Amino acid sequence: MDLFLKLTLAGLSIGSIYACVALAVVMIYTATDHFNFAQGEMAMFSTFVAWALFQYTGSIWIAFVLAVGGSFVAGVLIERIIVKPVESAPVFNQIIVFIGLLMIFNNLAGWFWEHTTKTLPSLFPSELPFETTLISAHNLGVILFTLLILAIVFAFFRFTKVGLAMKAAAANPDSARLVGVSVGWMLALGWGLAAAIGAVGGVLVAPIVFLEPNMMSGVLLYGFAGALLGGVNSPGGAVAGGLIVGVLENWARQYVPGGGELGLTFALMLIVSVLMFKPAGLFGRVVVKRV
Amino acid sequence: MPLLEVKGLKAYYRQTQALFGIDFELSEGSITTILGANGAGKTTTLRAISRMVRTEGEIRFQGKDLTGLASEKIAALGIAHVPEGRGTFVRQSVEENLELGAYTRKDKAEIAADVERVYEYFPRLKERRRQQAGTLSGGEQQMLAIGRALMLRPKLMLLDEPSFGLAPLIVQEIYAIMARIREVEGASMLLVEQNANIALNLADHAYLLETGNVVMSGESSIIRDDENVRRVYLGY
Repeated sequence: MDLFLKLTLAGLSIGSIYACVALAVVMIYTATDHFNFAQGEMAMFSTFVAWALFQYTGSIWIAFVLAVGGSFVAGVLIERIIVKPVESAPVFNQIIVFIGLLMIFNNLAGWFWEHTTKTLPSLFPSELPFETTLISAHNLGVILFTLLILAIVFAFFRFTKVGLAMKAAAANPDSARLVGVSVGWMLALGWGLAAAIGAVGGVLVAPIVFLEPNMMSGVLLYGFAGALLGGVNSPGGAVAGGLIVGVLENWARQYVPGGGELGLTFALMLIVSVLMFKPAGLFGRVVVKRV
Repeated sequence: MPLLEVKGLKAYYRQTQALFGIDFELSEGSITTILGANGAGKTTTLRAISRMVRTEGEIRFQGKDLTGLASEKIAALGIAHVPEGRGTFVRQSVEENLELGAYTRKDKAEIAADVERVYEYFPRLKERRRQQAGTLSGGEQQMLAIGRALMLRPKLMLLDEPSFGLAPLIVQEIYAIMARIREVEGASMLLVEQNANIALNLADHAYLLETGNVVMSGESSIIRDDENVRRVYLGY
């Protein structure tokens, strides 16, 4: 029973990082109908920036805040400078742009910081204020901290005027323009937020997986799996999906014979089965298009 | 000076020309209707004013040329466009839809008061204020679209076929409320309709549009009573 609880809690911890990535992916998907394949590499790059800032300032929290803020600005700029010009281009061109971004960030990180693994310290104290063997301090910190961040994000969309305008711009751009919403800037803001949330996920996952240019490739796949499982057009679903994938993955590693090496296979199987049996995801809404 | 003045307006969808140089104007406090069959260019005319289609020619609102502006700048000038298909934000609540109508305004207290004012015109919206707007009936969504436009405190309302797809009784109800809105708010309206009869009863002036050209214009009452015009252009 102890083992089961441990596995579940560790799964929730890694799952909340998948949830961050899934949410970032879904935010851009709901606004543009495209997966941003570069989301993971952008988060990885942000994490390297946090590492560099940590070397410079010596404080992981200062480095974290600066890196997340910088990622927000960078996300806005990427949308304005790189994505906006292909906004009305065919889908294929847009996908190429996303893949191009992915490779650019991957190579830039390798060029700047080399491919050797680096260690980023945890944001959280190494000792828990109470005795437990069920969960590590970092993992508990990750769960609580992502819950806080996600609550802030949802409150922003639920209770602020800009949040409402962003949802309106994503759902019905023409109508949003007619009430005076600057749809282009809302998209850019969405990219900024997604980049910032991705950066949070990156800094949280780095102490677990080690920091190197390919660190997010697995995480992004799990994030996609979470987003698909929860429903690609449902932010709440994406978060739930990320958590579920984290827990299932951890269980599978322990309880499925030979499962230790099959984590990624498991994520891919999950993606395929969701697409086969419940294409809209667990919490997604079926989009009916009239033709 | 007319509130809205349009001269030599041509509009294009890619290579296809939809308006071939139309002129019309609308004076403050008046209701002007643009009538015509499907494809005559009625919706395009409104989209031209809201800068959602490529145009040539002049569009002046309070003397200011609109043609260089982006769509999202039009609302801030006081022009509220109730678009074809109602433009409902289906996943948002009724009240959020109304709040979006006031997006360009900063006066929070007044906005809250205006939400109540809209509910006075449309009590049914008040009953459904927390409901997702996509769950409303067609008539209710049309009411919501008009309410959303009112939230701007518009100087000019552009209304694209408020009667579209609605049962005759609901159409009458909505037009009765529009008449009241005009009386109380003194709002100016540019109304596009296929339902000529009901539009002519509300409007002061009318323009008849045929394949992108104005073929006739005049006071509504005169056009309504001219049997030839009715038979040839309006088909009733």
